[in-house]
Amino acid sequence: MDILYLLIPLSVALVFFILAGLWWAVNRGQFEDIEAEGERILRND
Amino acid sequence: MKFANAQATVYNDTVVRQFAIMTVVWGVVGMLVGVIIAAQLTWPELNLGIPWLSYGRLRPLHTNAVIFAFGGCGLFASAYYVVQRTCHVRLFNDKLASFTFWGWQLVILAAAISLPMGYTSGKEYAELEWPIDILITLVWVSFAVVFFGTVGTRKVRHIYVANWFFGAFIIAVALLHLVNSAAMPVGLMKSYSAYAGVQDAMVQWWYGHNAVGFFLTAGFLGMMYYFIPKQAERPVYSYRLSIVHFWALIFTYMWAGPHHLHYTALPDWTQSLGMVFSLILLAPSWGGMINGVMTLSGAWHKLRDDPVLRFLIVSLSFYGMSTFEGPMMSIKTVNALSHYTDWTVGHVHSGALGWVGLVTMGTMYYLIPRLFGQKKMYSVKAIEAHFWIATIGIVIYIAAMWIAGVMQGLMWRAVNADGTLTYTFVESVKATYPFYVVRFSGGLLYLIGMLIMLWNTLKTATNGHAVEVSIPAPALAHA
Repeated sequence: MDILYLLIPLSVALVFFILAGLWWAVNRGQFEDIEAEGERILRND
Repeated sequence: MKFANAQATVYNDTVVRQFAIMTVVWGVVGMLVGVIIAAQLTWPELNLGIPWLSYGRLRPLHTNAVIFAFGGCGLFASAYYVVQRTCHVRLFNDKLASFTFWGWQLVILAAAISLPMGYTSGKEYAELEWPIDILITLVWVSFAVVFFGTVGTRKVRHIYVANWFFGAFIIAVALLHLVNSAAMPVGLMKSYSAYAGVQDAMVQWWYGHNAVGFFLTAGFLGMMYYFIPKQAERPVYSYRLSIVHFWALIFTYMWAGPHHLHYTALPDWTQSLGMVFSLILLAPSWGGMINGVMTLSGAWHKLRDDPVLRFLIVSLSFYGMSTFEGPMMSIKTVNALSHYTDWTVGHVHSGALGWVGLVTMGTMYYLIPRLFGQKKMYSVKAIEAHFWIATIGIVIYIAAMWIAGVMQGLMWRAVNADGTLTYTFVESVKATYPFYVVRFSGGLLYLIGMLIMLWNTLKTATNGHAVEVSIPAPALAHA
């Protein structure tokens, strides 16, 4: 199963990539006062 | 840096309109091919002795047309619409957006010609040969540039949850396509996969199931998180849950693929790993389903007289049903009965017709009138009729396949006291015949619903006209 030497590292890299995305979102305040964000799309577009 | 799109005062709805119309057109084509091959399974004479019309060549045409042409155009249309409306900015690059439309139509056209001619890489849901794969890559990279460029130049600080789903869908599909389609060309329309044997099978189903997860789930969840609140005129039930839903889903999806290879040459532990991850997926899937349905809490009466909302909410109930059925079927002992039977076909279609199909139709019924300056579709009665015809069609289809599948599984495993098989394979084929007739009629109903939608769409488009919609001023947008 040599292919696992590609797929498993790929998944690990992906997890780090997703973690970086989560870290970015949390630090940029994307998840503050979130219930108001759900209502905003109803107001104007 | 100042980008041209950031100064624009109107949204780019041209590309959204193009994709929306083609969603309906390709829906009719893809489902028509589906009905034809369902008829061929029942009455094999319908092959007509012509190689181009044989089941083996039309089946990939059906799957590619409904997933990538119908579903794909629906995803492009809704992603482009939602990202502009939630970011209060015009699409990042008009030319590139236009290229994604024409390029994607060219891919579909190339598939519609090359698949009946018999050109295939033999990889399920990735049958297209290498020159078309390269075109797909170019279109997809452009899609990513347009989408993320738009998010990057947004005038609203918060990135609405639907965009996270669309973004994950775009990135994951790019990665899946590149890894699975790696091949060595030996001619203009012939190539050999970079992987061999069980390695190839593993990559194929790593791709195949993640295509279900990211193309047919994440993208359509993006649709769901925008269009259900808009149509219901209520915010999503729990915005917090939608965020947890997103991160949980993308963290746990990648390893469900091996459940397609139970009891094969794949190592046992890899099979079990696939099963465990598939079972875990039940939690985020149902989180999303409950969140979408509960958006209607306190406004259930809207379901009574709004057929568009009914499309969207019933799609979620099929989503919930198939994301429960899927993990159950991934359990190895259940899979020993269900695998290679028509139960799998029933499962796929409860997800495809019920979830992906209905949510796309609901979204298009929301979008199309707005894109043509109308308040609602030309005929609301026709939407109502479409809803009931499609729903009855789905129920007939999946019930027939469930019964046929379990029957086939039981017949194949039945053994006599002396250890010989009770039934020959052809006896199970013969027993399936009535269910194939029923399945054909369910599929036909679904196609009829789609034809009604096409008529309704053309009427709405010709009665209205293409409109330009202004972007709200930044002061209103709390930038």
